[in-house]
Amino acid sequence: MKHHWTTTAFEINDETITVSYPTHHTLLEVLREQCQLTGTKHGCELGECGTCAVLVDGEAVLSCLVLAADLEGRKIETVEGMQQANNLHPLQEAFADLGAAQCGYCTPGILLTARALLDEQPDPSRQEISEALSGNLCRCTGYHKILEAVEWAASKLRHDEVAPGDEVFYGSKPENSSG
Amino acid sequence: MADPIQESRPEAPNSETPTNPAVERRYISKPFRRVDGRAKVTGVTRFADDLQFPRMCYARLVRSSVPHAMIANIDFTQASKVEGFLGSLTGEALPVPFGILPVSQDEHALCIDRVRFVGDAVAAVVATTDDAAYESALEVKVDYEPLTTIASVEEALETPEPRIHDYGDEGNIHKKVSMRFGDVDRGFAEADLILEDTVYYSGNTHLPMEQHAVVAVPEDDDRVTIYSSTQTPHYVHRAAASVLGLEASRIRVVACPNGGGFGGKSDPFNHEIVAAKLALDLGRPVKISLDREEVFYCHRGRHPVHMKIRTGFRKDGSMTAQHLQTTLDGGAYGSYGVASTYYTGALETTTYKLPTYHFEGVRCFTNKPPCGPKRGHGTPQPRFAFETHLDKAAEKLGIDPADLRLGNLAEPDSITANWLQLGTVGLRRCIEAVVEGSGWRERYGKLPYGRGLGLACGAYMCGAGLPIYWNHMPQSGVQLKLDRSGGIALFCGETEIGQGSDSVIAAITAEILGVDLEDIRLCVADTDLTPVDLGSYSSRVTLMAGNAAVQAAERARDLIAKAVGERFEIPPERLVFSNRQVFDVEDPDSSISFQEAMIIAEARFGTLGTVGSYTPPRSPGRYRGAGVGPSPTYSYTAAVIEVEVDPETGLYQPIHVWVAHDIGTSINPVLVLGQVEGSVYMGLGEAMMEEQAFRRLPAHLSNALVHKMPSILEYKSPTFLDMPPVTTYLIEEPDPKGPFGAKEVGQGPLLPVPPALANAIYDAVGVRIDQVPIEPSMVLKALAAKASGEIGRYGPPPFPEIDFGPTLLVPTPEEGGDGTATNDFSSKKKSKMRGATGTMSSRKDALKSKGSSLTTEN
Repeated sequence: MKHHWTTTAFEINDETITVSYPTHHTLLEVLREQCQLTGTKHGCELGECGTCAVLVDGEAVLSCLVLAADLEGRKIETVEGMQQANNLHPLQEAFADLGAAQCGYCTPGILLTARALLDEQPDPSRQEISEALSGNLCRCTGYHKILEAVEWAASKLRHDEVAPGDEVFYGSKPENSSG
Repeated sequence: MADPIQESRPEAPNSETPTNPAVERRYISKPFRRVDGRAKVTGVTRFADDLQFPRMCYARLVRSSVPHAMIANIDFTQASKVEGFLGSLTGEALPVPFGILPVSQDEHALCIDRVRFVGDAVAAVVATTDDAAYESALEVKVDYEPLTTIASVEEALETPEPRIHDYGDEGNIHKKVSMRFGDVDRGFAEADLILEDTVYYSGNTHLPMEQHAVVAVPEDDDRVTIYSSTQTPHYVHRAAASVLGLEASRIRVVACPNGGGFGGKSDPFNHEIVAAKLALDLGRPVKISLDREEVFYCHRGRHPVHMKIRTGFRKDGSMTAQHLQTTLDGGAYGSYGVASTYYTGALETTTYKLPTYHFEGVRCFTNKPPCGPKRGHGTPQPRFAFETHLDKAAEKLGIDPADLRLGNLAEPDSITANWLQLGTVGLRRCIEAVVEGSGWRERYGKLPYGRGLGLACGAYMCGAGLPIYWNHMPQSGVQLKLDRSGGIALFCGETEIGQGSDSVIAAITAEILGVDLEDIRLCVADTDLTPVDLGSYSSRVTLMAGNAAVQAAERARDLIAKAVGERFEIPPERLVFSNRQVFDVEDPDSSISFQEAMIIAEARFGTLGTVGSYTPPRSPGRYRGAGVGPSPTYSYTAAVIEVEVDPETGLYQPIHVWVAHDIGTSINPVLVLGQVEGSVYMGLGEAMMEEQAFRRLPAHLSNALVHKMPSILEYKSPTFLDMPPVTTYLIEEPDPKGPFGAKEVGQGPLLPVPPALANAIYDAVGVRIDQVPIEPSMVLKALAAKASGEIGRYGPPPFPEIDFGPTLLVPTPEEGGDGTATNDFSSKKKSKMRGATGTMSSRKDALKSKGSSLTTEN
């Protein structure tokens, strides 16, 4: 089969990038192969795992389900664009410090999906975070450290920092907990 | 005669007091940021599929569409016309069999004459782009001559011919085991209550988010580098050398950080060997990146296990005897299966006092993706059987389930009936923590109908006591390079799979040398550059690589202290390493920097470097099969789950989990908590929904046995919305066997979760679900049975009648045994056949074995 190629200009992480690629390729493939932005991962290529989530015009989308050719001129943000200069985004800081990234493979997709949530809802409830991230699978963490990290980062972004309790760093003490 | 292994064993590192007590610890037991934390949140971590090389090409495997057949013909005519096609490969090019266990060298890089399951790799094509490789693979035409499909243990037992493999104990039985520890008959005769249950644990898979990938890069002089998402680079190295017919020194295996493993990346895989072969043939780098469907075919996941458990109890709740029988549906290849079979019995004795024990197990070959090790390897299934069984016993005996367990706890430092040497046992405090946290005493058995609490426990190894192939060498090594820069390079073969092993060895080294984590550069999992570590499996890395790091770091500290002590005329034992300083404990103000100390040491001794290694203590068991189960020590876990059940629909939801884990010492409590919570999550997934299921296609579509759901959408796993809150308690009782007293945490906390859920459902609505995953329909059926006056239970069919073969008779320590069997006459003869470097280590050995029995070439 002879493939047609397309050339498109995107604004990726605040840089205008022009790339040529086989027309049938998804945004995921173009980011990873043409742009060498391998921070965006893939877990299924079918829209089932959430691993490949990136932001398109601020909205979290699954890059494996989007044709790159449909995104001319659009603003795309990947995990590589989250930090400002050498400073991590508060979500990145919190994920690193709380062990919300274990193997780290689902992490880029979850960071960006969480970022889209916090842009819209700076003070989400735990249920709102769970709903926003429910399309992102993580096999390592059991999700708790991720919830705690998103809450911590959200409070920092609101300039109203609520540091996680001791139990988040050391575990609970039997006498202090309740059913 | 003295045991030569014992004699050649390096002295165990002094892990009890590796740092000077005068100084507060900086990292150990502190919640520091993991060393790879920043790379993982910035997208910098390079997984295998992220690697690109100039002139790299792409290969795809052609996989069987039929479950069991002879290969009649493979036609590449159309495939080779695809633009970009560079070449193809079939099994004849790689005839040497391989497999993770020396006793199961039954896989080929590509099937030679027959396929054994839908998804078995038949051929490979390589092309300039992945698109071209994909299209070319679709055009490969394979003709098959079908053979009878064997779909289950029952079919395997009834159908000895055709044999899926022409090795194994008989017919389609891969392995039979029967071992009796102590006078089990007398034990049952002394019992006041004998309870028998039949239980089933479905198969499930690891589902790592990262699909397996490999890039093989040809280097100078016929050398090749294999970059792979593997948990066990050392075993890949051995398999690749054997199959490719190259000296191991010509092959470099680099394990990239794994995007999740859970045991699923612990075997050497055909894609790794095929990529290396193609790279060597083409002289170009070759990448193979599996798609999600292929990951389901690689599998090596949880064995489906059918179990019959029978236990004798005295009125006071103490146990007198247990007889456990298991069948394992092994799938199409050996993988770790012989070990898995033993593991369905081995750890049953580690939690509670069990004076006599009879274990029988059988693993069958079936035409399905091969099963292997998944988190808890072979032990979650019997643990589910045991802990639900105990719940029933507690009710019959009128003893609270928590008290029944507390009254039977295994003794610290004791030897079990099957000759496992236990270390510290923190289970009492674990049970007390979850009982208190959950309000068990006030609420168990007293919650309103539809709500319930369930308790269960578990134990797991901190590293397998024996390596996978017989040898006398250490299981883990660490090498340190230090110099005038003040920096330390740490080389270790361990593999980061997300569990935090890089952080563990770095923190141990930094703690002992009193430096910052940032002063340490890691080089890991690289068979060219790093000392051998056997891999990230059996929860072995913290204890084994950690102890090797303790030894290497203590030797470096002692070397530097000697040089500094000589320079300043201070006895070296008075020197303390802390906060990047070295000072005299009697004159703390006159310190020098760590870098100055290294300059002094380099001037005194020349180039600085130290090594450390770890070999586990020898286990007291001497019977055939005693190699599976021993560990330097064991971790313990207890969990209570609260569940809400809707009796109208059978739908249920765990609403809280309390879990306590005996960690010995937390190297980093944040990472420990992450492992506990992740284990609870994975245990809930197995208990509630995850199942590797198969179905037969309709007759007009070949009647083939196919995977029911090789996709993430169909293979249900818990999402954020399914996960209940988890309260975690870390029980710290330092174990002298572990570095700084640390034990494992990666696997053990999964074990109590499935039985705790089943026990909670019983407390909620009064019905027993004796299999997992627990589907709402099972709850409804059990409720309906109960309502109609039958037993309120849903469970598997009766356990099949099986001849497990001759029983090995092993007297227990209590009976004055010496660890050997009284009726085993074969083991001595066998050991003489082993080579100095291990069984089947060379191509010659492997070829010989191939000629003998493993394949059926024409």
